[in-house]
Formats: sequence, C-alpha cells, structure tokens
Amino acid sequence: MLRLEIERAPAPIWMRSLIPVIAVLVTFVLTSVLVVWAGANPLAAYRHFLISPLSSKVSALEVLVKSTPLLLTGAAVAFAFSAGYWNIGAEGQLYAGAIAAAWLGVVLEGLPPVIAIPIMLAGGFVAGALWALPSALLKVKLAVDEVVTTLLLNSVVLFVVSALLNGPWRDPISGWPQSPEIAAGAAFPKLIPRSRLHLGFLVALLVIGLLWFILSRTALGLRMRAVGLGQEAARFVGVSVERTMLTAALVSGGIAGLAGVGEVAGIHFHLIEGISPGYGYTGIIIATLGGLHAAGVGLAALFIGLIDTGAQTVSRALGVPVYLGDVVQAALLLVTLGMFILQNYRIKVISD
Amino acid sequence: MDTFLIGLMAATLRVATPLLMGTLGELFAERAGILNLGIEGTMFFGAFVGFVVGGVTGSLWLGVLAAVLAGMLSGLLMAFLSVRLGVNQHVSGLGITLLLTGLSLFGFRLFYGEPRIPPAIEPFSRLSPFGQTPVLGPLFDQYALTYIAFGLVPVVWWLLYRTSFGLQIRAVGENPEAADAAGVNVYVTRYLALCIAGGLMGAGGAFLSLAQLGAFTYGIIAGRGWVCIALVIFGNWDPVKVLWGALLFGGVFDLQLRLQIIGLQLPYETFLALPYLVTILALAVAGRNAAYPAALLKPYRRE
Amino acid sequence: MHAIQMRGITKRFGPVIANNHIDFDLMRGEIHALLGENGAGKTTLMRILYGLYHADEGEVRVNGQVAHVAAPKDAIQLGIGMVTQHFALVPTLSVAENVVLGYTGSFRVNPQVARQKVAEAAARFGVEVNPSALVRHLSVGERQRVEILKALYRNARVLILDEPTAVLVPQEVDMLFQTLERLRQDGLSVIFISHKLYEVMTVCDRITVLRDGHVVGTVDKAATSQAELARMMVGRETFGVARQERKPQGEVLLRIENLSAVDEKGLPAIKGVSLEVGAGEILGVAGVSGNGQTELSHVLAGTLKPTGGRVLVGDRDLTLADPAQVSGMGVGRIPEDRHEGAIGELNVAENLALEYLGEFITAGMLDHQRIRRHAEQLIAEYQIKASPTDRMRTLSGGNIQKVILARALSRNPQVVIASQPTRGLDVGATEYVRSKLLEQRSRGAAVLLLSEDLDEVLALSDRIAVIYEGRIVGLIPAKEADLEQLGLMMSGAREGIRVEA
Repeated sequence: MLRLEIERAPAPIWMRSLIPVIAVLVTFVLTSVLVVWAGANPLAAYRHFLISPLSSKVSALEVLVKSTPLLLTGAAVAFAFSAGYWNIGAEGQLYAGAIAAAWLGVVLEGLPPVIAIPIMLAGGFVAGALWALPSALLKVKLAVDEVVTTLLLNSVVLFVVSALLNGPWRDPISGWPQSPEIAAGAAFPKLIPRSRLHLGFLVALLVIGLLWFILSRTALGLRMRAVGLGQEAARFVGVSVERTMLTAALVSGGIAGLAGVGEVAGIHFHLIEGISPGYGYTGIIIATLGGLHAAGVGLAALFIGLIDTGAQTVSRALGVPVYLGDVVQAALLLVTLGMFILQNYRIKVISD
Repeated sequence: MDTFLIGLMAATLRVATPLLMGTLGELFAERAGILNLGIEGTMFFGAFVGFVVGGVTGSLWLGVLAAVLAGMLSGLLMAFLSVRLGVNQHVSGLGITLLLTGLSLFGFRLFYGEPRIPPAIEPFSRLSPFGQTPVLGPLFDQYALTYIAFGLVPVVWWLLYRTSFGLQIRAVGENPEAADAAGVNVYVTRYLALCIAGGLMGAGGAFLSLAQLGAFTYGIIAGRGWVCIALVIFGNWDPVKVLWGALLFGGVFDLQLRLQIIGLQLPYETFLALPYLVTILALAVAGRNAAYPAALLKPYRRE
Repeated sequence: MHAIQMRGITKRFGPVIANNHIDFDLMRGEIHALLGENGAGKTTLMRILYGLYHADEGEVRVNGQVAHVAAPKDAIQLGIGMVTQHFALVPTLSVAENVVLGYTGSFRVNPQVARQKVAEAAARFGVEVNPSALVRHLSVGERQRVEILKALYRNARVLILDEPTAVLVPQEVDMLFQTLERLRQDGLSVIFISHKLYEVMTVCDRITVLRDGHVVGTVDKAATSQAELARMMVGRETFGVARQERKPQGEVLLRIENLSAVDEKGLPAIKGVSLEVGAGEILGVAGVSGNGQTELSHVLAGTLKPTGGRVLVGDRDLTLADPAQVSGMGVGRIPEDRHEGAIGELNVAENLALEYLGEFITAGMLDHQRIRRHAEQLIAEYQIKASPTDRMRTLSGGNIQKVILARALSRNPQVVIASQPTRGLDVGATEYVRSKLLEQRSRGAAVLLLSEDLDEVLALSDRIAVIYEGRIVGLIPAKEADLEQLGLMMSGAREGIRVEA
C-alpha cells in the first residue's frame, strides 16, 4: 500500500522554483474575492492587471518608470537585511535623498548635466546614508533595536519635509507647499523621448548589478552575509560585526536616498509631500520576495511595478478601486512568506 | 486653576486614549514573545471597520465591537504567520500593516467613492459625571471609551500578574521551552495573547473614527501604531509605566496644537517630531538595560 | 507492579534511527538507570515518554493502561515528571511561580498563596528551596531542586532525571542521591539517565543499557559489575587515546596574569585568574559548568574584554585584542558552543576561509578558486565528510567540530584554546578530536583545555587546574591527581596545593 507522508527535509529544487508561481496564483485566487465584491469579473481584472500594461509601449514603459524607485528601495532593504540589519527606514531615507536633490537641483543652476547629475546622485546618497546614521550608530554602539528607531525616523522625516515645504520652500506665488523647480541641468535626461522613463532606471539597474557583485564577489559581501546569518560566529572568526553592520546600514540608506533623487530629478522636478506612496515599505516586500538576491530583487521590483501600473488600468477599465494593487502586493508577501516554509518540507511516498 | 491647563489635561487624556489601547495591546503581544508590527494597519482597519459598521447599523457600540473583532482577526493572522508558521516577525507584521491599510482603503473607496470631504457620523457623546463643577467637570468630560481605556490599565496588570493566564504569557515570552515542559501550550497562549492584542488595537482605531473625529480619513492613524511600539519599550513592558508614556506623548501632542491655535510662531513640526525624538533618546539611555522579553522575535518550534 | 512499560519503541530522525524497537520496563518504587553513551538513544526514549517526541512505532503503558502521550501535559497528567539537563525554568519568575506554572488549578493566582503552597510541598518532600527567590539568582544545584519539586508538585509518581549529576559537584550529588532514596521509600519510581558507571552502581536498583538505539540488556545491580556494564555500554573493553610522556618543559607560550572579567549581567565571573602554559604542554582546566570557564574562553578568544589583568602570547600583549588580532597572533581557538564558531547557512568553504579572509582576497574581491582549493585540502586532511559547497547546518555535530578544528589548527598555532571540544560528540569524533589535541602538544604548541568532562581532563592533561567561582583553586600535575581530591576542589571545599610546574 502507498502512503503519503510529510517530512522535514529540503524540498526538491523543482518544487522550490515553483513556489513563486504558486504564490502568485494563490494570491490572485484570494484577492479575487475583492474583485467580485467590487462587481467585476476576476479574470477580466487580472487580464488588465498583468497583460494590458504590457500590451502597449506607453504603458510598458510606465511599468519601468514605476519600477525605478522600487528597484532601488528593494536593493536598499536587501542590502541591509543581508547583514542582519533590519532597516525599516528606507522610506525615510528616500525622503532624505529627495530633500537633498530638491536643494541641490536649485543650487546647481547653470552647471552642465555631466557635472550636476553626478553631484545630485552623490548628494542624495550621502543624505540617505546620513538619515540612516543615527539608528545604525545606536544599534552598533548601544544595542538599540534598529527596527523601532528606523521606523520612528520615517515619521520624523515627514515633519521635516512638511516644515520645509510650509516654510522656506513654499511656492511664493501660488502658495503651494512645493519646492522651487530644479534647474534643467540637474534634471535626469529621458531615456526614450515622449516617455517618463528617465536616467534613474539605468542607475537602478546598475545598483542591482552592484548588489549582486558586492554580495557574491567581494570580501565585504561575505562578511555581511556572515554577520547576517550568524552574528556570534562571525564575531568569533574575526569579522568586525560593528563595522560591517554600520557599512551595510549606511550603504542601504544611501541606495534608498538615490530613489528619492530619481523621483525629484526624473519625475516631479520639485519636492512635494507624498512624493513616495510608501516605496520604502514596498522595498521590504520586494527584498523579501526576491529572497535578498539581486536577480530576485530585480524581478520582484519589476513585478510589483507591473502590479502598480496594472492597478490603475483595472481601476480605469472596471472601476475596481486602485488600492487593489496594494492589497495584492501585501497579500503576495504574506502568501510567499507562508510558502517559504514549504521549502523545508517534502512529501514522501511510502509503500508498506 | 488655569483653564488652559485644565483644557490641556482633559485633552491629554483624550489624545492618550487610542495610544493607550494600542500600547496595552502591543504589550500583550510582546510579553508573549511576538513583536507585532501589524499594529499600525490593525488600528487603521479598526478605525475603518468601526466607522462603517457604526454608520451602517447606526449603533456606535456595534461599531466598536466590530472593530475589536476585526482587530482580533488581524491578531489571528499574525499568530498564524508568526506562531504557527514561524515566519520572521518584522516582515510578517509589516505585511499585515500593508495588507490591512490597503484593504481599508479599498473598502472605503467602494463604500464612499471619492468624496471631497470625508464622510462623517454623529460621534459618541461625552460623559461628564461632574457636570459643571469647576476643574473636575471639564477634566472628566470624556468619552466612555477613554474611561474604559484607563480602566484597562489595572485590568491588564491584574491579568498579567495575578492570573494563571498572565503567568503563562510571561513564561512563554521569556522561555517557551520551559513553559512547554511545564505543560503550558505555547501556541495557544501566543494565539490568545495576539488576539487580545489585536482587539485592543482595533478598539484604539475605532476610538479615533467613532469618538475623537467622528469621521474616517486616510491619515487617521498617522503613525500612532509606531508610537505605541515605542511606548511599550519606553514603558519597559510594564502596563503602569506604559500609562505614563501614553500621557506624556498625548500631552506634548496636544500642547503643540494649542500653541498653534494661540498663534505662537513656532514650527509646529518640531513639536510633532519631539515625542519621536524623545523616544529614540529614551531608547539610547535605556540601551542594553532594556528588559526585552527574552524570547521576543524568536519563533518556537518543538523539535 | 509495573509503573511504565514501553514496547517496541522506534523513532527515526531522517535517515538516523535513534530508537530501534526498544522495550523498557519500570517497576513501582525502583530507581532504574538508563545507561549508555552520548547518542545511544537514552534521551530520545525519555523524550518520547514525556511527550516531547512522538514515537514512529511502539506502545507506552502507564500502570498497565495504554497511554497516548502527545504532549508534556499528558505525561504530567499520567504522573510522569522530567528534569532535563537544560533546566526548563523561567529565570525572571520566582521559584513559586515556576513551580505552579501550567498547574495553577484556578484562573486567579495569588502570589502569596502560591508561595505558601510551594513551601508546604517543599517541606513535605524534603526538598530545600526558597519559594520567593527569583530563579535567575539560584545556583545550579538549587535550580535542579526546583525542577524536582516542580515535578513532585504535579503529583509525579515517575520521575525522569536526564544526567542530573552532570552539572553538580560531588557533594551536591550526595544530596541528590539522598533525596532520590527518600522518594523511592515513598513508593515513587525514578528513571536515572547516566553514562557514569559508579553513580549507576551507587543509586540504582536495575540498569538498562542502550547502545546505538538498541537495548543491550537489563540487569540487576546485585548481579552485575562496573566492568560488565562498561562492556555492554561500549561493546568493547575500553577506548581512549594514547598519550606519550611529556617532553621536558618548554618555554611559556601563554601567560594569563591576574585576569578578571564580568558575565553578561555584569557580575564578576572570573576573578584574578593566573595561568601559564608551556610549549608542548596541555593544561587542563577542570570545573563544574558555570564557574567562569565560558568567560575565560571568551576573553582568550577575543570576544570579551576583560576588566583587569593581562593575556600574553609569547611576548605579545593580547589583553585587549579583538578576535582577528588574536587569531592573527597564532592562537587557534575552538569555541565552547559549535554554533558560536560556525555559520550554519554559509557553506563549508566559506566557513573555513572566513577567519583568514585576508589570504583569499585581491583588491577587496574574493578569490573563489583559492577558497575552494583551501577547503578541499582541509577536508581531505581532517577527514571531514562534506563537500566545500555543503551548507554547514547539513553536517553532523562531529563534522562541524572537525571543520572548526581544521580552521583552528591549519595555521599551526603556537597556542590552542580548546573549550569543551568533545561536548555532545560520538565516540569516534571524540577520539579524533582528542588525538588532534595531543598532536598539537607533540608539535610543541601550548594547549589550554577547558572541559567539564573530568575523564577528558585526566586523559589529556599534563597539569590540571581547577576553577571554582571564577578562581583557580588548585593546580596539580596530572599524575598526582585523584578523583576525590579534584571533586573536593571543584566544589570549593578544599584549596589545592599549588605546584609551580
């Protein structure tokens, strides 16, 4: 007689590679309840979600535009998480980068793009890293939990933005809370004419490449993984846990800062409140879905970008609230987390 | 006494109410060993569900009840992920916050479309047992939920330190292996703790939509959940100390509003950010001495 | 009359069969030893009886009735109590709270009433404890008494003690045996898990010997001898490593001067320790666990900063050195806890390279080929059963220890710090590790061996130091050492004779 038994052992490879696919299917089945509630046909909704955005060049490029900040925040979070530093503050660090870009973009008036743009990027990176610094120092020097402090600093940066936009940067003519427009030389060039796709996308791809390179090919990457996977043992073998974590935290903040630069210099050309609808938090979803690997993070960011774009298509075409996209992303995260557990089991056929 | 001061104190109690509910909830979860970052979303969900059910049924108390149940459901989901499956608590908690925030906004859009002004209902009226008596009258001109929230402090203390359930929660949060060996069901205890926690968080959210504001807005929680997480640490995981933290936070928040209204030329954002910075400072001072429950963030799995 | 009958118990962990059709009987009012080496399956069998594991096959009867023990809760209900090696106590709770936890009876718990009830129970069973003390303030012996009281408070009629003497000094052992004797007279049954022959022969009525997951046999104490039990247990006469006589005294390579350090809670853990280890010598530090060995090894490994004193290797001062500097100065370190020395989710090659990462990088980039070759070479040399790309956590305990050993010894260190190097290893791996340490000694390294296993210290050391409450209370040449004297020193009863060797 044949019996099926579940045992704790690593699942076979083919099973593991199927997990993301199953997770997407399960998520769509679960969230189709909401689509039906909104009075739409789930199949039609998911066609608009996943297929329509890719069926025209304009909307396909829009997916890449949406993915640009997500590639960066995903990489930022993955970088920190790899070293066991739970940076929940990519959102705040993104805003810090955006503030720096809004300021530099005006200051650099008159400079040619070849000079202005590298300064914008460097400035955004430094600003993001600086915003990450207090939490990182508290963690490394005083063992203060970084989850709480990075989370709290996310709220604080919003007050800073609000103070700037309602104070010195308020538009003197319209009275709108928005910073002055950045100089033309500081704005990111478009990659494809008449689209919104800008230089930031290339920067994001470069960062993903660097993420792969650092984690798998450099001593820093090995030290980071060692600290992330076994802090005590890493310390024992002579890895400087403090320095490695600090480096990971600051670089993570810097990458998130670049996402802020991209939004200011590539999309809005000035700082506004709500410039990020939670890209930093979505970065946590992306890093987790991507398994903290560069390629995974890249794919996950593109997929979430697709869902973001698709949510608007669904909303326009079928009147399903655009927030369906947020729900799908979060549900996908939770389902995937649950599915990761499946990796540790395999089904065995026993014949008595 | 100065009416400004009495007004400030009365408002402090009001502002502290949702924080206190959320913080007591989070405290329950953390004492059982689970950091629930789902709190921000759970409060938002509670505010939304409470508002809808209160509005549809016309009974505000049914709204509160529904918010509590919604919160417990959220706690159940957190428990399934972090206790049953043993998933990383940071990520599952944040996932729940994102899910419930999205779900609330989705539902709100379905129910109310895109209104120019946020829909409102007739909120709870206040109870003033001291009528027009000076000092006591205005000070105790509060919502029933505020009285309940402050009444919960001794109840939570009693539950934690004077009952077998509390003993089990404390044991499970410190050393689940030991609790298991003593015959305590670690999973059930953590499930229950998370359910109670979720219920309290939901009620905290409902207080905002059904009492303080009488409306539902996108920014209704605005990081209050994160404040609760900080207050638990600030209060050293003690229900009474947590109360002082919530009052302090509520006081500073309201003071800032009042100074703005008076027209004092202050960058009010500084005041708004102040409590967050004070909490970070407090964390730095407490540092390594913070009495974290030893099993916090560690999933328990019997080998 | 049978208290417990276990029939045909089988338990597998993946491919490993921990218990293979085991039959075990326990009579009422007897103390029954479960004897066997590490990994023989004693603890697994008892964890099944207590509901912590579930048997794949077999049947358990309690008082003649078939019992389904799905969780400790069921075992407790059936009158079975278990005291494990790692005490299952909550340090932040009081003794009384720990005792009543999970067995409070009512929803309300009045701390005063609980204290009183626990005090009464302690008096009734003759177990000395202070109900209102916090467990984290108790000594190891006191904690064990709390554990026993916890089981008795739950009306246990069968008490399982898993290697109860491993953490005790000889004098505490006597006290424990008296308690057990009294419990037997009250009609309770005790299962006594041990691998110490003389203890088993002292306190037990019957002895069941396990080997490799099988029952070798059950014998009456009166009808057996230590020699017979040893044969049954090991399946051969004796085992051990051959140690050559010591070469003449070499120069001092490791010098510890008046060293002090505090533990995690900031309390003094080592208090003015001074030791010298010469070239070609093994200095064994004996002591009961928790007397400062952990902190001493951490200071020497560079992971804990001392509060006073000095550490010198050769003429280099390493007192405040970090782990990388310590390693770079030619100190090979074997940590107390294997998880402290190896990262489970990284592969074998990465674990082997991490300590000497400088050798494997050019311009900040990893030389993967060199890392792999390095691993292949050490795997061959140290007979590690793994490939360079295997994740560490998939290895057995013995192979993990070999990886750590290979890493620590591969650079021919002049000083070796070995903490509990064979804890939890099977016979083969234990022998291998010990022979490697002796190899270091003949090579001329200075070896400091910290071990709670007195037999190990006696077998390997040239000189033996005894540590008690953070102080070195005795230092004697190994050939002059006798067990009673060491036991007394380990329990702080007597200062040893200091020998300037």
